[in-house]
Amino acid sequence: MTSRIGVITFPGTLDDVDAARAVRYAGAEAVSLWHDDADLRGVDAVVVPGGFSYGDYLRAGAIAARSPVMGPVVEAGRAGMPVLGICNGFQILCEAGLLPGALVRNHGLRFVCREVGLRVEADTAWTSAFRVGQEITVPLKSGEGRYVADAATLDALEAEGRVVFRYTRPAPNGALRDIAGISSADGRVVGLMPHPEHAIDALTGPGTDGLGLFTSVLQQLTAAA
Amino acid sequence: MAVTAPPAPGGRTPTLDGVTVPQGPAAAAAPLQSSPPAPSSVAPVDTVEHAAATPGEPQPHAALGLRDEEYARIRDILGRRPTEAELAMYSVMWSEHCSYKSSKVHLRRFGDTTTEAMRARLLAGIGENAGVVDVGDGWAVTFKIESHNHPSYVEPHQGAATGVGGIVRDIMAMGARPVAVMDGLRVGPLDAPDTARVLPGVVSGVGFYGNCLGLPNIGGEVVFDPSYSGNPLVNALCVGVLRHEGLHLAFASGAGNKIVLFGARTGLDGIGGVSVLASETFEDGTGRKKLPSVQVGDPFAEKVLIECCLDLFRDGLVVGIQDLGGAGLSCATSELASAGDGGMHVDLDAVPLRAADMTAAEILSSESQERMCAVVTPENVDAFMAVCRRWDVTATVIGEVTDGERLRITHHGRTVVDVPPRTVAHDGPVYDRPYARPEWQDALQADSVAGRPRPSAPGEIAAQIRALVASPALAPRTWVTEQYDRYVRGNTTAATPADAGVVRVDEASGRGVAVSIDANARFCQLDPRVGAQLALAESVRNVASSGAVPVAVTDCLNFGSPEDPAVMWQFAEAVAGLADACAALGLPVTGGNVSFYNQTGSAAILPTPVVGVLGILEDVARAVPHGLGEAGDAVWLLGETRDELDGSTWAGVVHEHLGGRPPRADLAAEAELAALVAGAAADGLLSGSHDLSDGGLAQALVEAALAAGRGATVTLPPAPGLDPATVLFSETGARMLVTVAPGDEAELARRCAEAGQAAARLGEVGGDALRIEGVDDLPLADLRALGEATLPAVLG
Repeated sequence: MTSRIGVITFPGTLDDVDAARAVRYAGAEAVSLWHDDADLRGVDAVVVPGGFSYGDYLRAGAIAARSPVMGPVVEAGRAGMPVLGICNGFQILCEAGLLPGALVRNHGLRFVCREVGLRVEADTAWTSAFRVGQEITVPLKSGEGRYVADAATLDALEAEGRVVFRYTRPAPNGALRDIAGISSADGRVVGLMPHPEHAIDALTGPGTDGLGLFTSVLQQLTAAA
Repeated sequence: MAVTAPPAPGGRTPTLDGVTVPQGPAAAAAPLQSSPPAPSSVAPVDTVEHAAATPGEPQPHAALGLRDEEYARIRDILGRRPTEAELAMYSVMWSEHCSYKSSKVHLRRFGDTTTEAMRARLLAGIGENAGVVDVGDGWAVTFKIESHNHPSYVEPHQGAATGVGGIVRDIMAMGARPVAVMDGLRVGPLDAPDTARVLPGVVSGVGFYGNCLGLPNIGGEVVFDPSYSGNPLVNALCVGVLRHEGLHLAFASGAGNKIVLFGARTGLDGIGGVSVLASETFEDGTGRKKLPSVQVGDPFAEKVLIECCLDLFRDGLVVGIQDLGGAGLSCATSELASAGDGGMHVDLDAVPLRAADMTAAEILSSESQERMCAVVTPENVDAFMAVCRRWDVTATVIGEVTDGERLRITHHGRTVVDVPPRTVAHDGPVYDRPYARPEWQDALQADSVAGRPRPSAPGEIAAQIRALVASPALAPRTWVTEQYDRYVRGNTTAATPADAGVVRVDEASGRGVAVSIDANARFCQLDPRVGAQLALAESVRNVASSGAVPVAVTDCLNFGSPEDPAVMWQFAEAVAGLADACAALGLPVTGGNVSFYNQTGSAAILPTPVVGVLGILEDVARAVPHGLGEAGDAVWLLGETRDELDGSTWAGVVHEHLGGRPPRADLAAEAELAALVAGAAADGLLSGSHDLSDGGLAQALVEAALAAGRGATVTLPPAPGLDPATVLFSETGARMLVTVAPGDEAELARRCAEAGQAAARLGEVGGDALRIEGVDDLPLADLRALGEATLPAVLG
């Protein structure tokens, strides 16, 4: 049976069409989830896409993290359902407490849109199709993408192998230890600032490296089924 | 700002989610009441009755920008003095910005020169919110460029942001989904102190709004020139996509149909923005309003409004629709009513407000952003409200279409406006302002750069190429474009620094469009007629460079004061030149705008007619990549090179010179070149391309090499009698660099010969340097570092 992967739309979500396309390109069925939904419609995994949910008023991702649909997402994520947060989605997962740390204003204070190199450093539900150490290219586009956490948290993330993606060159946003993406302790919940869903077709992006995240989760789901 | 609505009169009941539900059939369009409960804090209302009874009451028409004779005409039309609210409406709608009173007589030329054949692809043209072009397979594309110049000087971030917001709503009003934006920016010299305020603010505003809307920014221009110091130009373009049957127009028909205002609440921001801000030069400080004149944008509200509108269109709930932009409700109600088949009644008490005690004139003039106005049949109102509720969009029935031909507006139950809507929206004054060729024009044209030294030694030429690469005129705009999202929605297949932005319209077939905006104001200063034609030529060439077939034009005509006969002459010349050139190329102008009064004191900006061209690609996967192709491919130059250095970037950068005559505008050659490239692209013959424009062949080679990350070894094309520097720096039009795989060279040569297209093989792609015959080698790493350093060195 085809795996069903949910893609959440909050008011102000922008990259939901892109995330759904990436899910389809990987061979899964994309299921639209609405911010007001009380359940996850039986999906096997969830993508929280990029954008400016609720205008990102208050703090990026803060309002979305408390929206109705995020209740079941947090619950399912804690129980091991694969969840991927991209950009604003990463901010939302941090705000929701599924991932540690926070994303703050870029150190240059400007929005940065650029193709960046990432090194895959951990084998997770969303990166199993890559080999650890592999370098990939995907677009980064954010104004509040600087990953920060206290030193103890950063040390723990490193020690537990939860730094999933690291910028290959100094982080364009000043992220601590050049961290671009991290995972939960069980490697099922992953958040990253760059946009793998914009790197699934050489026609519209830097290449197809980003598709690997979506094929990874599909492999996991198919293997588990 | 405190968000308080006045007590709800007339049976209006705000619900918790902000959607106002009409109570009963007569609720929204409440009949005139004889003794209304006017709030005590509101000044006595200047009703129609009161106006009729007090003909001698002095009115501030001059402060509102109306001339004595214009005011007299309003009194003639109404048969009495206008009420305060009517005066606000007329003054704002008869302003230069809204009425095109100084430009109308010249703009007619576009209509006069547009043939039926040119209109064949148009589903909607000039006069609508934006032109709509058939792009095949049942798809249509709407696109338009508009200025937001004056607000962007006063408050660069918000001015530019709301400029994007405004043009996006124009596109939405056609029934389209906005899919891309572009921005044409012109500011003072890079190192001028005010540029450090204006440019970063404008770029952050364009980026903030466009990024938050989820619209890819696919290209544009950034131009530095002293004439834009104090007069920055912010021109924003939006592209929208719709199916043919999804087309919506702005008209209010069918008596009994409801007028629904939806989106943001109406506040005190932007009042007077149109009539005062857009129509006065900055030196003159009189007539300033005490209220904030520049509107404040909320892109989140607009994003939600876009999705809400698309759902409303999908469900067939909209009879007519109009965005609220300049002149706010004054414009929306009078335009909807005058385009319809009846009258209209609007009740201002129903308008959701952000501030207490707003007067009728303020409500009508407010330019609060993110608002739309729709005409909805009574049976669809509930469904309309339900869609708005899903998106948390405030929606309110504020009136209805009526029998008769009057636009009647009530406030606190009294009639404060009662006018024939057409007199407000369309029958504004028309001026045939005096124009005269400036006396300095001859001297300027006589002052050619021909006498100035040109380099000849290989090292000297290389040094000048490097100077051009590093100049603010030509340095890469990465500092700007890195602040714009180009990926969102996943349909962008080319963006800056490509010659044209390309977006896929249909994912299944790959059908898409290419768009470019261009102007060379230096050429326009030398000869506005030819300069405008060169702007069109360059834009056509950029679109053609992608392999697309150019099909339609939008324009944004930025000029100084129309009250200066020299400026008016520049405008008349540019319009005539552009209209003739469009006719020669068979491209209809589908819409655009005019921005006058871009001047400080007596110093006007360089005449700046920005031309946008839309082209069609049957399959974006077959678009020609920007830059040089693969290593080993042959580099060809299409087109002839003449000695045309006057007005060039070389003359400006190397000699700080502007004089002489611009290059010839050879439209036939442009059309032939575009056709040849489109044909070759469709057959997959070209591995890369780049048009020649600012900086000539030298700069085109540099940019093409940097885009590909590959060098080239080239000779110069045959150009009898021309020295190498002239061949490298001349800005002759109708030229393009293309690359072809070795196996395809013979076919390209055959096609060029058959078409009579001048073409020369220059050399081959490869290596990590640009090796030009007679010029010292230029390592790519060097060139890249040189150019990329220029903007950050000043802007941080």
